[in-house]
Amino acid sequence: MNKGMRWGLLIFILPVLVWLLLLIVLPQVDMAVMAIRADNEWGEKGFSLANFRVFFSEPIYWRTFARTAVFSVLVTFLTFLITMPVAFYITKVVSSRFQGFLTVLTLLPFWVSELVRVYGWMILLRESGVINHFLIKSGILNKPVELLYNDATMVMGLVYTSMLFMLVPLLSVLENLDNNLIEAAYDLGGNVWSITTKIIIPYCLPGIVSGSIVVFMLTLGNYLTPNLMGGKNGLWFTEQIYNQFIASFNWNQGSAFGFLLLILSSAIIWIGLKLTHQSLGKVVQ
Amino acid sequence: MIRNIPQAKTYSQGFKLYVGLYFVFLFAPLLVTCVLAFNDSMFPSLPWNGFTLDWFWGNGPVKTGIFHDRINLDSIWVSFKVAFFVSLSSTFVGTMAAFLFEQEDFPFKQLLFFLMLAPLVIPGVILGISILLFSNTLGVFFETRMGLDVGLFRPGFWLVVLGQFSFITTIATLIVSARLKKFDPTLEEAAMNLGATRFETILHITLKFLRPSIIGALAVSFLMSFENFNTTLFLVSSQATLPINLYLQVRDGSTPVINAISVLMIGGTSVLALANLYFSKPDR
Repeated sequence: MNKGMRWGLLIFILPVLVWLLLLIVLPQVDMAVMAIRADNEWGEKGFSLANFRVFFSEPIYWRTFARTAVFSVLVTFLTFLITMPVAFYITKVVSSRFQGFLTVLTLLPFWVSELVRVYGWMILLRESGVINHFLIKSGILNKPVELLYNDATMVMGLVYTSMLFMLVPLLSVLENLDNNLIEAAYDLGGNVWSITTKIIIPYCLPGIVSGSIVVFMLTLGNYLTPNLMGGKNGLWFTEQIYNQFIASFNWNQGSAFGFLLLILSSAIIWIGLKLTHQSLGKVVQ
Repeated sequence: MIRNIPQAKTYSQGFKLYVGLYFVFLFAPLLVTCVLAFNDSMFPSLPWNGFTLDWFWGNGPVKTGIFHDRINLDSIWVSFKVAFFVSLSSTFVGTMAAFLFEQEDFPFKQLLFFLMLAPLVIPGVILGISILLFSNTLGVFFETRMGLDVGLFRPGFWLVVLGQFSFITTIATLIVSARLKKFDPTLEEAAMNLGATRFETILHITLKFLRPSIIGALAVSFLMSFENFNTTLFLVSSQATLPINLYLQVRDGSTPVINAISVLMIGGTSVLALANLYFSKPDR
């Protein structure tokens, strides 16, 4: 390797190191340090696990945490169920002339800000909203119902927001699935159910895993959709973090919560990768 | 099941219906938002009272359209500035990172690669608070040890730029890397055999090849920055970006001005996304 090459390495690696060290590594370390510091009996900051004790002793905190985790898994699963047939239709069923057009059409709405999409659902679903207007006009209802601010609506909103991140990897694995495999299975007497579970799903597993990881992570860390569409007693854990930081100004407690959320998201992603024998490096490609 | 296998009519009709319903689900909220931007009403709801452009060009006292709405116009401008700096810096560092991981070899490369991917699995809210904490720690350090008051370490414009840069750079790296993988290294070797330096080779050969992906990375990072909410929420000060500003208005009740802004955003992003799709086609 000549001298010019080493200079190249140095020029390329410096900005990357500065970026990762100053904006990713050190902030995460700082957050972990903040999380294990709290006021002691004399009102001084010192090492303590008090922040984590608060988390486990106050039901509102750990319940919100568990609720967020369970709902995120549910949203990930529902997103997969809804988008898989669509991805299959676009790549395998529809005539290839419309394939490109339909792909663009499915991806386009997700370039629009999440806030605009949530707002669209709000004006559709709220008490004075468009759906209620039509239900009353058509005589199905005689007085408007509030369709917003409940868990079902929140889950629907989260699924809606996440669909893109499941669709993209699914479209790309299905694109590479050889039609002959399906045809062979069909000729050998397979039906829709057996072909789906024995051929298509196993083949698509890498895409399903990478889609699920991204969807899960984004749902867990979502703030907008649960905040604007969820009910008043349907808190999301990111809202607890926000409250600690901005409303109570208790940064140590907030850091502990942030740390727990990070552990949860890494743990579930790690388990998902282990169960399906995938690696993170491969999954993001 | 697939194109060349005949299927029962009910099956294929049912499949078509499902996909049709999916598209209705997909576009309903956007369509309704756009339509109600032109309704002559004080609230973004039906009944339809007739077509109006007041929520765009209206100049009060009853209806103030977006083009006369100082606060919203200001936040759009802030978002443009943030997105400008984020897309330039992310694409620049992301291109460096792509060269680093695709063309160089060094100890602990795998570790650094995983670190580069980390922002993809760290929730945006966590990135936001950790950067807020760390900048505060640095700020306190500089103030007590050196008596320096550094504005950069307080929530505000530049901290928002840094927060968004921290994860958008990963996306930019992946976009540029994907194309760099397909680069034929013999082209670089040929240029260097003909007497070009490494720097000249990159400038005239490799970057030319990478151009579509660099344009793609610029467009994607611009859009991601423009609509980012989670990370920005913790780093923003009085200069709110558009998503933050809209969030505050939506939370506390809304007027059709928000629909008008949404129409502009939907139009703008569609044009940018389609242009990006067109220009970054691999065969161009």
